[in-house]
Amino acid sequence: MDLQDLWFIAIALLWTGYFFLEGFDFGVGTLLPVLGRAEDERRALLSTIGPVWDGNEVWLIVAAGATFASFPLWYATMFSGFYLPLLVILVALILRGVAFEYRGKVDSTRWRANWDRAILFGSVVPAVLWGVVFGNIIRGVPINADFNYTGGVRNLFNIYSLVGGLTTLTLFLQHGALFIALKTAGDVEVRARQVAERVGLATVVPTAVFLVWTQVERGKTATAGTALLAGTALLGALVLNRVGRERWAFALSGATIALVTATLFVALYPDVLPSTNSAYSLTVDNARSTDYPLTIMTWVAVIFLPVVLAYQAWTYWVFRQRITVPGGPGQERPPPKAGAGAGQRGRRRGTARTR
Amino acid sequence: MVEDLVNALDLARWQFGITTVYHFLFVPLTIGLAFVVAGLETAWVRTWDPTYLRLTKFFGTLFVINLAMGVVTGIVQEFQFGMNWSDYSRFVGDIFGAPLAMEGLLAFFLESTFVGLWIFGWDRLSPRLHLATIWIAAFGSLVSAFFILAANSWMQHPVGFSYNRATHRAELTDFGAVLTNSTMVVAVLHTVTAAFLTTGAFVAGIASWQLWHRRDSADAPAFRTAAKAGMWMAVVAGIAVAVSGHSQGVLMTTQQPMKMAAAEALYHTEQPASFSLFTIGTLDGSKEIWSLRVPGLLSFLATGSFNGRVEGIYDLEAQYAQRFGPGDYRPVIPVTYWSYRLMIGLGLLAAIISAIGLWLIRRGRYPGSRWFHRAALAGIALPLLANSFGWIFTEMGRQPWVVWGQLRTAAGVSPSIGAATVLTSMIVFTVIYGTLAVVGLYLMRRSAAAGLPIDEPEGAERPPTFAY
Repeated sequence: MDLQDLWFIAIALLWTGYFFLEGFDFGVGTLLPVLGRAEDERRALLSTIGPVWDGNEVWLIVAAGATFASFPLWYATMFSGFYLPLLVILVALILRGVAFEYRGKVDSTRWRANWDRAILFGSVVPAVLWGVVFGNIIRGVPINADFNYTGGVRNLFNIYSLVGGLTTLTLFLQHGALFIALKTAGDVEVRARQVAERVGLATVVPTAVFLVWTQVERGKTATAGTALLAGTALLGALVLNRVGRERWAFALSGATIALVTATLFVALYPDVLPSTNSAYSLTVDNARSTDYPLTIMTWVAVIFLPVVLAYQAWTYWVFRQRITVPGGPGQERPPPKAGAGAGQRGRRRGTARTR
Repeated sequence: MVEDLVNALDLARWQFGITTVYHFLFVPLTIGLAFVVAGLETAWVRTWDPTYLRLTKFFGTLFVINLAMGVVTGIVQEFQFGMNWSDYSRFVGDIFGAPLAMEGLLAFFLESTFVGLWIFGWDRLSPRLHLATIWIAAFGSLVSAFFILAANSWMQHPVGFSYNRATHRAELTDFGAVLTNSTMVVAVLHTVTAAFLTTGAFVAGIASWQLWHRRDSADAPAFRTAAKAGMWMAVVAGIAVAVSGHSQGVLMTTQQPMKMAAAEALYHTEQPASFSLFTIGTLDGSKEIWSLRVPGLLSFLATGSFNGRVEGIYDLEAQYAQRFGPGDYRPVIPVTYWSYRLMIGLGLLAAIISAIGLWLIRRGRYPGSRWFHRAALAGIALPLLANSFGWIFTEMGRQPWVVWGQLRTAAGVSPSIGAATVLTSMIVFTVIYGTLAVVGLYLMRRSAAAGLPIDEPEGAERPPTFAY
């Protein structure tokens, strides 16, 4: 296999990791007002992703950095071409990240409500826009002989890419709801499962349309397979959630995200950013770096990526315990000397269910 | 419409300047506070003295508030190369991309994951393991500094590459040379020591402020210890900043002589060359009315000898015109001239305040007079400003090049992005950054004023400040 193919796969894997991991972060953030009816519940919801969201977001930074390093022309055209969507994504990620760290620092209802809005905005918007961005990558955009994007902003918001946005949003919502079901106990867990079911059903239509449309436009034999598997995984997640096996349901919602991402990248190959005029398409061959940096990066990735995966997995193991909400909605609980988050978990270690 | 008033190039440069300076307000404190918190927690684990635990959590809260801002503004930096500087990205990607990707893979994963473990792991990890997480995060911040400065140093002094005329791209030929670039070695030393000076002044300033307002509080001895440690840190780091800065200056004079000439607005080659502390004259320094000068000092800063020869702007311009063809090779002189002085002056002042503090402690006059406590508090801002002026100097001093001698800044900007688009994003970032600055400062102030968190028995939960 040539180095550019290897790095095409590596970048696909990095985006898959990003969508799998930050996918449930976005889901949790979006479901915050739905599942978090009282402050206790909202705090519990945020605590499920508290220790990990930042590490999850680094997958994006590494995906973008690896694109810069291995396919500089792809990085340059994509990031300048998708300027405004990326600007909005940046704004969303800024507000969301700050909101996570700052919302608990002042004990005021208004303060927290404002940051909760930032979390909602910061979760919904990228969840939609990443789908829009990838929809356009697959569909192809106007690129000229100098490899510069020549379309306007409006060109990026077409029906296909919007279906893509709806697909990522609903997939991430389902994934997030199942993550909550997996990480909490009691009332929140029960409602999370119900939401996962409803959102899961809503996911089926856009995902099916998006996959079929992709298959018709740019499909190959392999993508037919991954798309079918994605659909199967999605249905499996729905069924398993229904019968109360949220751990397996979560694994399958993650698998759905991974398989949809795989479908997109397989459909894309050997292009990396097709042009509406195919003579100017960016491909793995014309957008790549030279062999030497790709070889170095291959070694670095082979050595260090397993290490990263190991310690990130360890983090999830450290915080494997389910989070219980004391009291529940409407009930009084002692004022926050108790604090929240890990503190609460620590205090209630005995009552937390561990599976 | 917008294009008639400003061009996309200027706006993209302003945007890079604004977002980078803003991002770098948080970076040095992230590096330094990680080590301060790690040191305090180490002291706790070694002595089990609860004061150290409380200090760990006090500075830990400030660390987290600061870190959050650094993290979110950092993503903008990475995206910005592609968004506003796509032709630059195409030109340098073969070389510049690798350290950037490695920074993510080797440093950011480490930092983010272990900071998450540290914030939430108080009652999940054994004290020693918990201590290890903050040390690993601190180590990660140094790895990050290494890679990003390797990337930046390549722009200052490109090594280990060849230019491919057919593709108009620089291609990596020796990654070892990029990672051992002499420019990078001195830049890492200078930047990391400056981070410690910044943090020392920060710790000393906050502790002094606490001691002034609550000198009778039970926390006073703890803050006294913190103040003293912060001052030592600032003084020792301050000396290291000066020494590393000097070797950086000497190296810079051989690699980018125009930058040193621009630092002094030295138009004619001189031997020995004097250094003006202050000048009144025309804005670009070409004619002066009055100046306060130290003889031979510029020679020393540039060459290490008080009698060294320093080349002037006119001579260098002539050389560059011969080498690179006709063009304007002059940086914006007033900017380089003043940013260079302010960097040195403000950094020096920060170290001096801490030195005075140490002297006062020795004389038993600390906590003492009001003026010193105020000076120490104001002193927090000095290294932050000095850091900003340092970056403004080194980046503006490299102009008109974005990659010295290889690619002009004007040739790196995104050709497809209009001024209106860049203006939009610039306004968006400026408004958000401005708002967040107010919020962040408010939280910092609040947390710094709150005093030490309540002493808790072993195994108890952490204070609410760490929770969501």
